Amino acid sequence: MAEEGQMHIIAALVEDRPGVLFKVTSLIRRRGFNIDTITVGSTEKEGVSRITMTMRGDESIVEQLVKQLSKIPDVVKISELKPSESVYRELAMVKVSAPDPSKRSDILNYITIFRGRVIDASKDSLTIEMVGSPKKINAFLDLMKGFGIVELARTGMVALPRGSKSASE
Amino acid sequence: MKLSGAKAIVEALKKEKVEVIFGIPGGSTIPFYDAIYESDIRHILARHEQCAAHMADGYARVKGFPGVCTATSGPGATNLVTGIAVAYMDSSPIIAITGQVPRSMIGKDAFQEADIVGITTPITKYAFQVTSASQIPDAIRTAFLLASTNRKGPVLVDVPKDVQLEEVDPDYPERMNIRGYVVRSGDPHPYSVKKALGLIMSSERPLIIAGGGVIASNASEELTKFAELILAPVATTLMGKGAIPENHPLSLGMVGMHGRGEANKSVEEADLIIAVGMRFGDRTTGKLDEFARNSKIIHIDIDPAEIGKNIKVDVPIVADAKKTISVLYSKLLEIGSKRTESEWIKRINSLKEMFASNYAEKGDGLKPSRLMKILRDCIPSKSIVTTGVGQNQMWAALHFKVLEPRAFITSGGLGAMGFGLPAAIGAKVASPDRPVFNIDGDGSFLMTEQDLATAVSEGLPVISIILKNRALGMVRQWQCLFCNRRYSHTNLGNVPDFVKLAEAYGAEGILIESYEAFEVAVKKSLRAEMPVVMEVPISPDEKVLPMVPPGKGLKEVIWYG
Repeated sequence: MAEEGQMHIIAALVEDRPGVLFKVTSLIRRRGFNIDTITVGSTEKEGVSRITMTMRGDESIVEQLVKQLSKIPDVVKISELKPSESVYRELAMVKVSAPDPSKRSDILNYITIFRGRVIDASKDSLTIEMVGSPKKINAFLDLMKGFGIVELARTGMVALPRGSKSASE
Repeated sequence: MKLSGAKAIVEALKKEKVEVIFGIPGGSTIPFYDAIYESDIRHILARHEQCAAHMADGYARVKGFPGVCTATSGPGATNLVTGIAVAYMDSSPIIAITGQVPRSMIGKDAFQEADIVGITTPITKYAFQVTSASQIPDAIRTAFLLASTNRKGPVLVDVPKDVQLEEVDPDYPERMNIRGYVVRSGDPHPYSVKKALGLIMSSERPLIIAGGGVIASNASEELTKFAELILAPVATTLMGKGAIPENHPLSLGMVGMHGRGEANKSVEEADLIIAVGMRFGDRTTGKLDEFARNSKIIHIDIDPAEIGKNIKVDVPIVADAKKTISVLYSKLLEIGSKRTESEWIKRINSLKEMFASNYAEKGDGLKPSRLMKILRDCIPSKSIVTTGVGQNQMWAALHFKVLEPRAFITSGGLGAMGFGLPAAIGAKVASPDRPVFNIDGDGSFLMTEQDLATAVSEGLPVISIILKNRALGMVRQWQCLFCNRRYSHTNLGNVPDFVKLAEAYGAEGILIESYEAFEVAVKKSLRAEMPVVMEVPISPDEKVLPMVPPGKGLKEVIWYG
């Protein structure tokens, strides 16, 4: 995963129509851009979806991606959100192997420290929900590796600008 | 009033002032063709959909108005792809209307189903499907708006067959508002203008490089006046040929991989480059690190994504070429900055003299450069020249002087062989009063030769000059220069006999074996009422020179040795 310092967050408001995600990803592939995460979901406006992407690379690459994407008529608004001026979160669900009761209590301690939650448990495993910045999630996952990660699902990031500003303005 | 979706399309096209459609009917466009049958829109029946797209493209480039082509679903639509890609790379406004299988069959791998919206998304400004007849008026308006504004380009509209049959009471919008698409005013920002003026006034050796954007925005006249005011020589990209009359004293001809010596040398020696409507493509710049190292750069382009894409510039101006040049011109006049003589122009003239003798092609046989000069001398300046792709195209670019904008039509960005003949047909439809010549190669011509049938059937007297070297000449040239003369599969043989081929179609075929015969044939062809095909045999060893080897800087030029 990206070091946060080099991470770029791109927020696009797009028409909520079939095929729009394809237009966006097709352009990313065709022009050889490399994104780390992409999420799509609804917004406060009917008919408008939000696509949040993260990528690494220098400023000029991000600028070029934003300019190219903004040429798609379905992209209503697109901007880069500076990590220092935004709030951003990702959700991870991780299933960790925990057959041994002593290790299980270690895991539960870490969950408390990282402010995660257990959302499913079985005899041999715990499934944990962890919300936070990618950096925090990475740190938690590093710890869990020692116990054995059975399965992992991450949503990719969503982000909003800090304060009263809106990305759609 | 209720009418079918198909008729609604035709009505919408009429509202867009469409006079002609290039296409081939098929299963999924039978309703559309039924509506065309009773309309007064002219239809040109192509013999291959690729040609229909190239015709629409040639038409659009000559007319400055979107060209419309149509094809049926599946193979008809996929055959359009090359033509659409050409229009995309060269920012030419064409509208492709494709039939699609009925809505209930989509996604079922139905007969003649192809995901043409998916296929063409990367090579169009926009591609979309109409999912009900009520959307048709907006869809056609959207297509024309997108194709013909800002940076122009192709738009594809996919219409399922049952949508064409659906009854609708169409409501045609006067204006179309697309949230994600702003039609730019094209006015340059005053701050950028001020910075540009500063650079222009302090420059001693300014050079203008004009691209296709100058032609697209009809800025040729303004550009020429501007060049005269600041005494800047004008080099062009391949797409920019015609941006300044090439017999003008300030014209340098084409710059780049096969650019003229004086043009490439000027890039090296200039202290300011004013790049107008061009995108710093690799065939123009050569090795980027070595391009214009000694000069500041002003980059004028309507597409913000072109600024900084390939090269860092000192003053970017995202604006229309015509408006920007006009503003710069009038500001300079106000300031009273007019140059009357300069060392730079003396240097340019001496460069021209220095290189003049280098263009002489060596060896026996008819020489492309001389053929191009004869052609220029024999035809009116308003004549339109189209080209194939490869050596024929570069010889035309190097040696045929274009005197007017929209008079040199070539597949620049994509480099699609087979473009010449159908583009010439489209050009002739757009401008029946101007002679249209297709300068082609034997390999290139054969790729779309069947559309001679279209030219004959429609009585369109386009004249093809086939420089027949019996080889895929440009690849053969690279094999000679860079592969130790290992001519892998570039020999075409002396086939076909283009004279007989032309006659088989009902066109006139002429074998040309001397400059005198060429001159006579060209002059006679100006009065032709049917298509003419001239077979002009040349040596397969003839090369396009000068040449900057791929990946090298512009000064590493190969000349005749």
